[in-house]
Amino acid sequence: MADWFADNGLLLGLALLDGLAYAALVFMVAVGLNLVFGVLRILNVAHGSFFAIGGYTAASIGAFVMARGLPEWLALPVLVLAAVVVGGIAGPLIERFILRRIYAEEPVLQLLVTFALFMILEDVQKLIWGVQPVHHDAAMRLLGTVDVPFGHDSIPFTAYQLYVLPGVALFTLVGLAWFLRRTLTGRVIVAVTTDREAATAMGIDAKKVFLLTFTFGAALAALGGALSSPTAALVPGVGAGTMVLSFAVVATAGLGQIEGAAIAALMIGLGRSIAVYFLPEAEVLVPYIIMVGVLLVRPNGLFGVVETRRI
Amino acid sequence: MSGVLLSAKGLRLAFGGVKAADGIDLDVMEGEFLAIIGPNGAGKTTFINMSTGYLKPQGGEISFAGERILGLSPRAIVRKGVGRSFQLPQLFTEHTVLENAALAVASREGFFSALTPLLRPRWREEAMELLERFGLTGIAHTRADALNEGARKLADIAMAVALKPRLLLMDEPTSGVAASEKMAIVERLATVLRDARVTAVFVEHDMEVVGRFADRVAVWSQGRIAALGTPDHILNDPDVRREVIGIETGGSHAAA
Amino acid sequence: MIAKHEAVLAALLVAAVLAAAAVSPWLIFILTIATAKGIAVLGILLLLRAGQVSFGHALFVAFSAYTVAFLAPVLNDVALLLPLGALAAMALGLVVGAFVVRYREIFFGMLNLALSMVFYSLLEKLYTITHGTDGIRVSLPRFFGMALERHAYEWAVLVTALVLAVACAVFARIYLASPMGQGLSAIKTREARLEFMGVSARLVLLSAYVISALMAGMAGAIIAMTSRHVTPHLGYWTASGELVFIAILGGAGGVIGPFLGAIAFELVRVYAAASFADAWQLILGTTLLLVIMFARGGLWGLVLKLTGRRA
Repeated sequence: MADWFADNGLLLGLALLDGLAYAALVFMVAVGLNLVFGVLRILNVAHGSFFAIGGYTAASIGAFVMARGLPEWLALPVLVLAAVVVGGIAGPLIERFILRRIYAEEPVLQLLVTFALFMILEDVQKLIWGVQPVHHDAAMRLLGTVDVPFGHDSIPFTAYQLYVLPGVALFTLVGLAWFLRRTLTGRVIVAVTTDREAATAMGIDAKKVFLLTFTFGAALAALGGALSSPTAALVPGVGAGTMVLSFAVVATAGLGQIEGAAIAALMIGLGRSIAVYFLPEAEVLVPYIIMVGVLLVRPNGLFGVVETRRI
Repeated sequence: MSGVLLSAKGLRLAFGGVKAADGIDLDVMEGEFLAIIGPNGAGKTTFINMSTGYLKPQGGEISFAGERILGLSPRAIVRKGVGRSFQLPQLFTEHTVLENAALAVASREGFFSALTPLLRPRWREEAMELLERFGLTGIAHTRADALNEGARKLADIAMAVALKPRLLLMDEPTSGVAASEKMAIVERLATVLRDARVTAVFVEHDMEVVGRFADRVAVWSQGRIAALGTPDHILNDPDVRREVIGIETGGSHAAA
Repeated sequence: MIAKHEAVLAALLVAAVLAAAAVSPWLIFILTIATAKGIAVLGILLLLRAGQVSFGHALFVAFSAYTVAFLAPVLNDVALLLPLGALAAMALGLVVGAFVVRYREIFFGMLNLALSMVFYSLLEKLYTITHGTDGIRVSLPRFFGMALERHAYEWAVLVTALVLAVACAVFARIYLASPMGQGLSAIKTREARLEFMGVSARLVLLSAYVISALMAGMAGAIIAMTSRHVTPHLGYWTASGELVFIAILGGAGGVIGPFLGAIAFELVRVYAAASFADAWQLILGTTLLLVIMFARGGLWGLVLKLTGRRA
């Protein structure tokens, strides 16, 4: 054991740091997916596409800022701007003109509609940004690297991935929990989640809540994508991969769980990055092995609750 | 009447702080019609749900025909001969009444044969004969989602009877049935069950129905059995009149 | 009535396919692929009857196709490769099915998608075994012991595909009329009742799932023996999406719909895909949205309408 650590300790440290940064990104997407599902009762298959489009948009705005010779520090706010732009445009458009028409439909039709949206948005990316990898890492270079002490050694790691990614994720988690439990709007959203009919009967405008929630969920996914854009190149298929991965997180945590999504994102993020360093062939398998393993033992996920229908 | 068919001992189940079953002891005798009465929320449906495996009690024992059935799935309990009908009729809404009945008939034997048509003559005839006994022949080819509440209730019970249970648990068989039809429907139902020698437990709010058809009456109150006896005895008990029937002084047309 | 009507239409369709193939031999390839996909779509249709949609059935197509590719060097005969590929997919369907039939709707659809994406990633990454995106070539197999020249071989596979298609359609008709087949729609409308009839809803769904995997497997084997080149793309989510797309386009009504849908789909694709390579999914997604929102019955519904019958 001690020998193994001497040989592999640094690698493990790197895997943990990588995993944490990765988990932070996955969490941003998964929590949006969960929030939207909790309120609208629709699982948006196109949610991963918001991640991809958020990333591409951030890269484009970032490149524009650089080309104009604007101040470098703008690289960071640009990421948030991208999320706001994508969420603010795509969210209301899709909720208002597509989802609103299918709330009363069978679940299978709702799934098909969001799947159709997914097909559309995956190609929209190709049409706008092409199929060549797009990469813009100004935000990451801006902050430089930090030497993270690890045992007797230290690991050089980018400050961006060490502080910004987990920081934003933590802020989202705490902020969202606070928002849902302590603010009026948040409580309205929770009320709609728990009992839509009663909430509507009490005069809550469900339409508005749906619109806001969907837009916010889309913006969270887009923010995840924007934050990821400095760390990895964007290629076609990113949206699909992200969608499936964030579903794995949501399924592991249990549908509708917010804190649970954070824990599941950590499990899956760390599991995956440990595999990347120690068993690269299994990288793609690990998240799903975790998911299937959890579901075999707890069919509703780690924190999911069983609903007994009244008969 | 010979012997105990269903035996519940000390059943307990709480939802949050609400005790839906707080020590239920009940023996259902073979061949009897036992009515369960009591206010809403007293745990009547919970008792049926526990007896059929839909809900698991937190304590106690249930046996059927001398065999322990606690912890078995609804499926396994049905196969042992405990059928049930529902307060909200559970019909296959994309199917006709005949197809609903045929599915129930087929489920007794050979449901899992991919090559036998559902409406093969034998199953079809049995289903039609069943519908006739329930007076549903006229709507055999109507889709289940197009029926009125009374017909849905009857079709729901017919599906349970198609399984040829020894014991049938019925959750409010007459709720939603028009008052003018009620007695005729219950009469028909009682005849079907007596002919098929089915023991029946039914949750009922209409004291006229209870008085006419029940052999024994159990009064539910806050998860417990407050009284148990013959209809004459129970329905004239001043406590029961005040606690249970008192809220239904309107007579036989009480709301469900 | 409808059955007779359907038989006539099926005969006409088979005759039309054979005639078209005879008149323009270059159509043989497209028509074989279309027939194969129609068989796979028939399986999707069975699941749709139960209100379930799988976004991952290309998994079984690809699994069978790769089975054929791996076995071709040793067992180079259609008479062996076709059943072995299909049975391999069926066996996989039993394993995957045992897991996914515990779920409905969202989870059913998404778990299928996730598992298919895992298999896709493995096909892509395990280069030493699968040759990654290069794929594997399949040499010209014998046909029931006969070494045919290419043109005759292509005809032989087309006819085989048509025979299988008719057999599958007839089987689907019989199956759907049986208690198990009728039980599928019972799962959609009132699953709890099935359990209270002593019937396992999971077993009912599993039967349909395994049959659908077998049908997807037949399709995969035919595709592998027709294109004679298997790539991971066969198992990508877009391939699964195509099957769902055709199922909706063909209409969920009859057993002819899938084949009408598949032929229309493949013909359009040949002409359109070249000009709109990066917008193909966008076109499919938009069409899917329009069909779901405005023409629920799909092509089959249109046929019924034109022939004066209600969908």
